[in-house]
Amino acid sequence: MDSFTDIPANPPVSDPVDTPAVWKRFAPELPAEKIMFSEIVPGGGHWSYLMPRGSALRFVALEAGANLSVVLYSAREKLERYNMPDSLKAQHTAHYTRGHTLMSDMGRSLASITVDSLGWHDPLGALLDTETMRRKYGEQRFEAHRNAMHRSGKDGLLIEIGKYGLTKRDLVAPVNLFSKVSVDAEGRFAFAPDHCKAGDFVELRFDMDVLVAYSSAPHPLDPSPTYAAKKIGLAAWRCGPAPADDYNRRFRPECARAIHNADMQYL
Amino acid sequence: MTATATRIVESPLRAELAAQRIRQPAGEPWLGELKRGQTLRIVDLEGNQAADIIFYNRNDIAEHYSATDTMLHQGGIYLTTGSVLMSNDGNAMLTIVADTCGRHDTLGGACAAESNTVRYALQKKFMHSCRDNYLLALQHADVGLTKRDLVPNVNFFMNVPVTEDGDLKFDDGVSGPGKYVELRAEMDVWVLLSNCPQLNNPCNAYNPTPVEFLIWDAT
Repeated sequence: MDSFTDIPANPPVSDPVDTPAVWKRFAPELPAEKIMFSEIVPGGGHWSYLMPRGSALRFVALEAGANLSVVLYSAREKLERYNMPDSLKAQHTAHYTRGHTLMSDMGRSLASITVDSLGWHDPLGALLDTETMRRKYGEQRFEAHRNAMHRSGKDGLLIEIGKYGLTKRDLVAPVNLFSKVSVDAEGRFAFAPDHCKAGDFVELRFDMDVLVAYSSAPHPLDPSPTYAAKKIGLAAWRCGPAPADDYNRRFRPECARAIHNADMQYL
Repeated sequence: MTATATRIVESPLRAELAAQRIRQPAGEPWLGELKRGQTLRIVDLEGNQAADIIFYNRNDIAEHYSATDTMLHQGGIYLTTGSVLMSNDGNAMLTIVADTCGRHDTLGGACAAESNTVRYALQKKFMHSCRDNYLLALQHADVGLTKRDLVPNVNFFMNVPVTEDGDLKFDDGVSGPGKYVELRAEMDVWVLLSNCPQLNNPCNAYNPTPVEFLIWDAT
């Protein structure tokens, strides 16, 4: 399924499990024997997965201007979750790229960014809510538009974490993959509208067993006058846990200690 | 949208008319309440002391201060006079009505034993921290708030600039002895404070000191 207006017919009874190998379309370089699953996320779509330590998710922007809001929780103890300030201050950064790790409030690396064609993903946690979405783009609801309705990033993530008993109290500041928001000397935000090109990609390697939820709704600072959520290809594969000479471990001493702290749960 | 440049504004409120004055010792937590319309002044008594605060709706603890909604609402990252502290439900919780420091941080979060192991050394883990302060205050108060509610906080008197290249810096504080920030409550709120005990970086000038709270009733 490429979009909400293009939902495929049901599969034949003789071949009832419809899992097309879509990864071959957008990430053919991945090793076929290690692929776990793949899918195309329509613009505004949301889902969640329990990803084991040593697995990775490759995200590929299938159209320019994509955004993917991602939140992460420890699958073992969901009170442990991604923490924006801890991750930013430990790595002295206000953007993410290859080498950085997404740290929990317990000092462990939930996931490491191992592959990145963009150089900047937005960690400042902005999320499109439904009220803002309707004010900005007008109403496009199910009754009139069926599955082409507008979906907000906040509601998408609330649905996903709700599947695991988490509530709005638990919705953390997300990472907005594929988006760039810089900050000027006065502290003001500047959204970079031409940042993400079709084909740009980023990969998260999970350093712990992680509940990851995502929404491909637009970034709230996206200046597009129309709701223009972009589709994203997703491929999960078995990459193996971080080796001793791992790029992320060597990227910064803080990353080495955060991945070490994650390793300590798997002795 | 509000620009987020420094806005130094002194308060007309007189200390002798305050309904409450509370000296908050260095390194300790405080869970207090503000009624809608009350004004809270936080005074950096000796200078360069980070006051790490999270606000909750007093009548619905699922509504809390949201750093991301606050930044999005004003279109920038720094807090100063005129900044409105927004909730995760998009409501105004408090407004900064006076500020003699000029810049406060909402990206740096609160220190924790665990994050100290990441930032400094694994052997730092038994040092006191803001997150321990928060948990201690919440355990004793037993009002329904728990670790899951420890969302990104405001660091009053802390200076954490972001460069145009996307780096995060911990600069020398712009605060000094006697500087203050004043907030008017737009709803009834819980105020959860840790008077930061961090000794591993200059956020408290390596010398955590007391702060003072003054609270005025609505006029």
